[in-house]
Amino acid sequence: MADLISSLPGSAPKPKRVLDALIRYGLLLVLAAVVVFFSIAEPAFLRVNNLFIILQSVSIVALLALGVTLTMAVGGLDLSIGAVAAMSLMIASYVMVVLGWGAVPAVLISLAGGALVGLFNGWLIVKMRVPDILATLGSMFLVIGVQLIPTGGRSIAVGMTLPNGEETEGVFSAAFLALGRGRLWDTVPVPVLVTAVAALAVWLFLERARIGRLFYAIGGNEQAAHLAGAPVHRYKLLAYVLSSLLASVGGLLLAARLGRGDVSSGNGLVLDALGAALIGFAVLGAKKPNAFGTLIGALLVATLLNGLTMLNAPYYAQDFVKGLVLVLALIFTFGVGQRVR
Amino acid sequence: MNASAAVAPDPLIRVCGLSKSFGANRALDRVDLQIYPAEVVALLGANGAGKSTLVKILAGSQSHDAGELLVDGQLQRFNSPLAAREVGIVAVHQHVNDAIAPGLSVAENLLLDELCQPGAGFWLGRKRVLQRASVIAAGLGLDLPLEQPIEHLGQAERQLVVLARAFALQPRLLILDEPTAALSDTEAQRLFALVDTLRERGVAIVYISHRLSDLQRLADRAVVLRDGRLAGEFAADQLTEAVYAMLGEAPDTRPFEPRAGGREVLSLRAAKVTANSAEFDLNLHEGQVVALTGLLGAGKSEIAEVLFGLRRPAAGTLHVEGVAGLFNSPEHAVKAGVFYAAEDRASHSLIPGFSLRKTLTLPFLQRFTRYGFINTRLEAQAVEDAVTALGVKTAGIELPMETLSGGNQQKVVLGRWLLGNGRVLMLDEPFQGVDVRARREIGHMLRNSCEGRATLVICTDVDEALEIADRILVVRDFAVVADYARAGLNRATLVAQLVGSDAPSPSPCSSPLNRTATPGSSARG
Repeated sequence: MADLISSLPGSAPKPKRVLDALIRYGLLLVLAAVVVFFSIAEPAFLRVNNLFIILQSVSIVALLALGVTLTMAVGGLDLSIGAVAAMSLMIASYVMVVLGWGAVPAVLISLAGGALVGLFNGWLIVKMRVPDILATLGSMFLVIGVQLIPTGGRSIAVGMTLPNGEETEGVFSAAFLALGRGRLWDTVPVPVLVTAVAALAVWLFLERARIGRLFYAIGGNEQAAHLAGAPVHRYKLLAYVLSSLLASVGGLLLAARLGRGDVSSGNGLVLDALGAALIGFAVLGAKKPNAFGTLIGALLVATLLNGLTMLNAPYYAQDFVKGLVLVLALIFTFGVGQRVR
Repeated sequence: MNASAAVAPDPLIRVCGLSKSFGANRALDRVDLQIYPAEVVALLGANGAGKSTLVKILAGSQSHDAGELLVDGQLQRFNSPLAAREVGIVAVHQHVNDAIAPGLSVAENLLLDELCQPGAGFWLGRKRVLQRASVIAAGLGLDLPLEQPIEHLGQAERQLVVLARAFALQPRLLILDEPTAALSDTEAQRLFALVDTLRERGVAIVYISHRLSDLQRLADRAVVLRDGRLAGEFAADQLTEAVYAMLGEAPDTRPFEPRAGGREVLSLRAAKVTANSAEFDLNLHEGQVVALTGLLGAGKSEIAEVLFGLRRPAAGTLHVEGVAGLFNSPEHAVKAGVFYAAEDRASHSLIPGFSLRKTLTLPFLQRFTRYGFINTRLEAQAVEDAVTALGVKTAGIELPMETLSGGNQQKVVLGRWLLGNGRVLMLDEPFQGVDVRARREIGHMLRNSCEGRATLVICTDVDEALEIADRILVVRDFAVVADYARAGLNRATLVAQLVGSDAPSPSPCSSPLNRTATPGSSARG
């Protein structure tokens, strides 16, 4: 419990102020240091082209991480986002390749499917009172299973043979593929653009919008928010729907980039997204889920992986590096941060 | 001035020049103090005077910066509550829920200290746990549902569990911080009797309370802290002087002019809170402060919860400003101008990490919102104005609520409802855990702002009700059983009504003072 005696913030002694600054800007400094180190070790690192490769590689994870950030803000957690992204990828592929419909219905049906999972999650959590982690873990398995049924567990590719022996005739439309492969002004990849817009929207929503403030209030003390008149259930539902929608968009971008409905893609996304959102806690000493931090967290991991790959580090070191960054960030947030207060 | 009622020549605890700072803030400044065995020392001080810090140092949850702490003449410096416990110092802190382990049963909670002993056995036999727990509960004369989860108990019963645990440790110095804050009169009497027993056995007791009647009943002498310094020591018969010393000014005893009610704002008709409770009517009028009083567990909060849409009554109709219909949720109640500041500040009002600004504007964010986005300049202006109007002491509106003292936190969570244009304001135990000065300021705030709305204040303490209300309603068994105008009402009548004429005879530990004992009054929260 907090001390009842109010300790007024006066002129803190110098070492404390340095530590304070370290906690606030530590992770940003690490990101800067990483960039400087790699650009010295490998000059090709700083090329515009490579920077956009980094951004492109991070864009889908970042979208999912922004969704997790929203659910974390209301005090929950959405583990189903990876499955939702994979489902959305499969739905879009199925609609275009098997049904032979165009890009627009593919996108709309995918998003509707995502929203539906979000509503289901919200219903489980709000109405059935299932704890968030368990509810979304359950729906994660459910969704992973459901998406395999229409194709009998096979990936969807142009010209594939269906379980009933027919050959598919549809193709991925060019407009759809442009979502994943197109570049604005021949430099900025479309997924990067989409993620940037989503990040800005989530940031504005959480930091400036009334409902965003109430999201944090619900996450901090649901009872107090309820008694202050906030429609707690509706906003929790909203958080899960938004999270699933963002995951759906992520899945669509992935489908457009891959150009096939790969059943195994999307599986690793959920852990990376969770990691990015958690690293985000440490950025600017926020100690809470926040959009800017999430973005930095995703960027930091992607930059490290890209740089290490350029320096010919073995691929199996990737998870180790991610884990290291996450643990360090958590220490920054919880361990060191507590001691200063 | 030093009127110590020393019974033994050697003090149990001797404190010399004890100091403790938090940043630039000196919480304790060279405090000297002796505590002797077999005495009850009342520790008085306004919020932020340093009481909590002193207690925490004695109990080992904080360490001091300077000065000496001697126990039995031996220099001590505790680095954990366990170290303090080893020399026989046990503290029961103000916040009951900090001392409770949710998820465990009542019995396991009673045994928590025993279970934490390094020498405790590896296996936890259900029978042995229940048996040991019932011994501990019997020490306080408690009859608790031992196998139930602790969450099923109300605040008062949790407090009793924590107290029973402390007594079971057989302390030599027992520190009680606002132990009666959540207790009914009956339960408080039981506690006082226990304190008497402990004192006879030679235990020293440091007793912190904002209730003068508690102190009059128990204290052998009083020690007063003000702004971290020792402001004096007083004998038992000088308690009023002690309060003067604590406040640093004469208390305001000016009686107020009770107001007649204006237009009827809210009326609850033929209401039954539970299926088995009696039917009652309740109406609130503009410009009038109404107190809802009754023993603990009488159902005061439950009635407020019905009005605020938190609880469905078994029967009844509600009209607010002539519009009929019970509320389905707090959201609807707030929209209709019915506000409720719930009882427990930490769990019902505060949000960890939220600043003063965010806490204050939470219910009425809509007012500062344009196109869905918060106009921070408008919000900051309103918060600054409210802070000035409410007399909240803070170094800035962006500071987290945790940095404010208890009284100031209370002003914020009560005062924030004044931001809305409320028709009905209900406050549940607004004076809980605040000092006399803050209590007076909150009372003034309520009375001065009550023009144009109906105000309902829930308080278990009869004196608080008499101090603030124009009209007093008495609740018994989930129903309003009496309705008094403040003018011409005397305390004895009110207390008699509170207890109920059909109540059993008073308990053996009835007090010579103004508390009235009622055994068997339901204490289910």
